[in-house]
Amino acid sequence: MPKIKLPTKSPRIDMTPMVDTFAVILIFLLLTSQMRSPEPANVDMPFSISEKPTPDFNAMTFLLSPDGKVFMNFDNGPDTLLKFRPKILAEMGKRYGIEFTEKQLREFEKFPSSMGVPILQMKEFLDSEDAATRKSFETGIPMDSTDNQLAMWIQYTRTVNPNIQAIIKGDTKTEFPVVKRVLDILQELNVKRFSLITNLEAAKINLEEIQQ
Amino acid sequence: MAEIIQEEKGGGGKKRAKKILPHMDMTPMVDLMMLLITFFMLTTSLSKSKVMDITLPDKITDPTVEAPKIPTSRTLNIILGPENKLYWYPGAVKEEDYNNLPPLFETDFSATGIRQLLLERNRALFKKIDDFNQQVIAGKIVISQDSVLGAIRQLKNVDDTGPIVLIKAYKAANYGNFVDILDEMNICGIARYTFVDIVWYEEKMVEIASGASPVAASTN
Repeated sequence: MPKIKLPTKSPRIDMTPMVDTFAVILIFLLLTSQMRSPEPANVDMPFSISEKPTPDFNAMTFLLSPDGKVFMNFDNGPDTLLKFRPKILAEMGKRYGIEFTEKQLREFEKFPSSMGVPILQMKEFLDSEDAATRKSFETGIPMDSTDNQLAMWIQYTRTVNPNIQAIIKGDTKTEFPVVKRVLDILQELNVKRFSLITNLEAAKINLEEIQQ
Repeated sequence: MAEIIQEEKGGGGKKRAKKILPHMDMTPMVDLMMLLITFFMLTTSLSKSKVMDITLPDKITDPTVEAPKIPTSRTLNIILGPENKLYWYPGAVKEEDYNNLPPLFETDFSATGIRQLLLERNRALFKKIDDFNQQVIAGKIVISQDSVLGAIRQLKNVDDTGPIVLIKAYKAANYGNFVDILDEMNICGIARYTFVDIVWYEEKMVEIASGASPVAASTN
């Protein structure tokens, strides 16, 4: 009769599969969290009690910097798949009589953050390679009544993607006339529902305290 | 940190290259990765920003169409002033009275300032919403999360006691004030509020109030 042999266990566990799993999770997190691209202006957002998350797609974001510049971004999601960004730029080019090359359109599509370049400088902006030169072009989208490029951007964005939502991302210290101007332009173009980006903050109300 | 196990093979005096077994202790690497993952999970989930919805009224471009009439007894005008100040006055001011403008009351964004003022005027509705929320939390009303919002909206729609708040902004106000006041509307459960343009005599009222000695806010 053969003896029953108990396998001798070594106290060592092979950690390699665990490392593999963690590596996968880590890479996943790194990739998904990369959505937050650097913005051209640092914005310190105000607080509110709203718990509705920011939509990830079908969104046009207006970035209002503290020094009164306006930037605009057309957001990811299906946008990137359906190539809305180059379409919008091509429409804008047609309106202002500027012919954009295929390379420039692609450059605009890839551009990761909000843009605030007057349309007449857009060609040079897209052709320039380094970040410092690009930064010098970012003077905000003009929106005076004589040269209302922001209204044009909104109009063509809405033509290309009718489902788009307007989102305003402003700094706490942005002067109100700038906000008012953007709101007016939106209102004139019949965009009446929009969202304001805020950070979450809890508010507690003690009813008894107030009723005294 | 590789553990190297040396093996002596054969004693024939022949010198052999040391054999390294491909075994490595992965535990510190696991530790490190766990740390990184925890870090990423915490930072990314916290940095997700929220949005607050707002609807603006239609812009009246046709001069023959008059703005909708609202009862002045329920109207509360809030004006965002310079330097984070907040002014309010009840009712309405007519353009003809520009020589005899009523004083503005000054208040602030604290819990005893504008919030108290709004809650006092909106107490009935706020209590209704609060009771409803309490009952949902206590399980007395079984309702899905989506319907809760709908039910609260319904409560707000049928309400006819709360104030109608008109928010106006003086030119020296900032965006933070604007969001704060809209947030205050949500906190206090105000059913009807909207953002309207400031008119010139209201600007004058702000200038008087901020230039002269400010009137102490008396909410009672």
